[in-house]
Amino acid sequence: MQLTGAEIFLESLKREGVDTLFALPGGVVLKIFDVLHQQKDIRVILTRHEQGAGHMAEGYAKATGKAGVALITSGPGMTNVITALADAYMDSVPVVCFAGQVPTPLIGNDAFQEADNVGLSRPCTKYNFLVKDVNDLAQTIKEAFYIATTGRPGPVLVDIPKDVSLDKGEFHYPKSVSIRGYNPTYDGSKWKIKQAADAIMKSKRPILYIGGGVQFSGASAEVRELAEMTHIPVDMTLMALGAFPGDHPLSLGMLGMHGTYAANMAMHYSDLVIAVGARFDDRVTGKVSEFCPTAKVIHIDIDPTSIRKNVHVDIPIVGDCKRVLIELNNILRATVNGNKKEQRKPWWDQLSAWQQEHPLAYTQEPEAQIKPQYLIDRLYELTADRDPILSTDVGQHQMWAAQYFKLKNPKTFLTSGGLGTMGFGFPAAMGAQAAFPNRLVLCIAGDGSIQMNTQELATAVIEKLPVKVFIINNRFHGMVRQWQDLFYEGRYASSYLGHVPDFVKLAEAYGAAGVRIDKVGEVDAGIQEALSIDRTVFIDVPVYQYENCYPMIPAGGSNHEMLLEDPSDLKKPKSTHKTAVQSDSDTVLTA
Amino acid sequence: MEHIISLTLENKFGSLSRVAGLFSGRGFNIESLSVAPTLDPSVSMMTIVTNGDDRIIEQIMKQLNKVIDVIKVVDISENEFVERETALIKVHTRAEDRAEALRIADIFRANVLDSSPTSYTIEVTGDVRKVQAIIHLLQPLGIKELVRTGRIAIGREPTRPVQAQLRPLAKAN
Repeated sequence: MQLTGAEIFLESLKREGVDTLFALPGGVVLKIFDVLHQQKDIRVILTRHEQGAGHMAEGYAKATGKAGVALITSGPGMTNVITALADAYMDSVPVVCFAGQVPTPLIGNDAFQEADNVGLSRPCTKYNFLVKDVNDLAQTIKEAFYIATTGRPGPVLVDIPKDVSLDKGEFHYPKSVSIRGYNPTYDGSKWKIKQAADAIMKSKRPILYIGGGVQFSGASAEVRELAEMTHIPVDMTLMALGAFPGDHPLSLGMLGMHGTYAANMAMHYSDLVIAVGARFDDRVTGKVSEFCPTAKVIHIDIDPTSIRKNVHVDIPIVGDCKRVLIELNNILRATVNGNKKEQRKPWWDQLSAWQQEHPLAYTQEPEAQIKPQYLIDRLYELTADRDPILSTDVGQHQMWAAQYFKLKNPKTFLTSGGLGTMGFGFPAAMGAQAAFPNRLVLCIAGDGSIQMNTQELATAVIEKLPVKVFIINNRFHGMVRQWQDLFYEGRYASSYLGHVPDFVKLAEAYGAAGVRIDKVGEVDAGIQEALSIDRTVFIDVPVYQYENCYPMIPAGGSNHEMLLEDPSDLKKPKSTHKTAVQSDSDTVLTA
Repeated sequence: MEHIISLTLENKFGSLSRVAGLFSGRGFNIESLSVAPTLDPSVSMMTIVTNGDDRIIEQIMKQLNKVIDVIKVVDISENEFVERETALIKVHTRAEDRAEALRIADIFRANVLDSSPTSYTIEVTGDVRKVQAIIHLLQPLGIKELVRTGRIAIGREPTRPVQAQLRPLAKAN
């Protein structure tokens, strides 16, 4: 059957089960948009910026586990989506991005809106393609989805020149693909898994360190079985939150730079680290030379390059987390005899002592300004029975959300971990909401981060994506200010934002709803009010401006050396103001 | 330590930049790189000379394997191998140096490819030490231009002694 490239594009996407496309048109992709306009199978969500389209595709992918799909134009469309692709690459998010390109005879001529899309995206995609012949298009799309969603997932770019979308070709969608240079290993070595089981049986102070791989592999049940069967405590990376229930008695919470005291101490003093789908990122290891000094390390990961990249590994297991854990659990089930809980008592006594010594804590005085932690804590409590999906932006609010919002289910926490992309949260929440129209989707943002993508309010309103965006408003780039407090003697160079827009009015200007919560006593009612609105809501929460996020391992520090509170010599205004609104002149400390 | 890595990769648009970009993006070292198609025109063979400690080389090997256009990666220098490099050296020759230039070329079994009243272009093939040595000797005469192919290498076949064989095996190479 002869079809145009644009029709082949549509038919291929349908065969991949794509139901939503986050897109922004331009000259060279008009034929594709024209075809999309005349069909009803795929929902086309028109975004206001290509970065938004990219993050929405990421949010969709993280929440569903399926590939998120974006369609953008050449030149500036491509350069705008790069941030989202780089973000997806760092966090292993399956995204397939289709970019328009100038007609093939013009490639290389500096044509209008031309960019070297393949060259630009090469270092921030898992793979990319330039389709030069319409007869290769279907095969390429099949390969793109295959590469994006298998092995360690990641973003794939398909660059489609204008003439390829116009040309006619034979449509035949391949049933399967085989790429000779791409054969991910799914089953771990049986011999190594046996070694791991032995090490677990012998260990006195084991710790499970789980990462984003558990989310993508769908290994939550297996992790839980392993932890419960062997009574091993569980540390989660930022990317793993939700993959193991945050309120489970075996959970120590998040580890790393802003992880809990117990989670980091457990890593430092353990004798066996069982890393599952995690990559020993510098925000987790701290000072590598002092990382887990007494531990043997088992590392289960589908990507061989993750193993021994940053730290020494004793038992490397390359494979899919779920399949390896099924195998490991089978061996352990047969070997675990007696009560593991009893055997682990000394270790758990120590862990409980750490947990009680320095639990996550903040003080909220009823008459003072709202503390960010209090707001997040209340939001967690008030939505706990609704299994919400939570996205965040990047900064202090992100870390507080990770600490206090105890997610219970996998694929419910959408955050930018590796790249740390401010502006991620709002569009990612919209992507998840597009996938799950009936679920409660929350976003916790900062007043700095949200301003990086507020234009998507228009998209959210028109597409009826009723996400609830809580803006922790301290009129600072809070994490930058925190570092300046701690390491730059309180000189707030370019971290004070000064005037921030009235977010309530901003939301209303776009046709969304706005709510402001500025008294402690109004927090619960304000949250309830926001949740009751069946539209996109911006909730502006002016908070105490100088709150810092602890525990904190200073960059390059070792995991057992945590700052637990502000140093005693740190000068900052106390949270005693009765109202949140201050004049700008009050907010900047003179150094 | 120096390693010679042999890559089999898809002979298509962009494959070379994926490999080269990996080295620059991750701060790995490339001393030389050479690439050309194999008997199968859809496949290229690339030889990369790099260096680093064991941890870095392990990462290089793994990262190369991860590149989807790369079909196979072998660290040739892990086992016995032979290597060659060709250099084209344009030597400036004054009248009194011309005989000396030819003598040096002769010692290294190098060929003279081009000759002009004031220069010889000499082709030398050998392992890296040989190429370095002739360059070193020709340098005092004045090297006008120097082009090197980069090193290529191939593993030696196993030389299993056969029971009935009485005389020593023929010298490989």
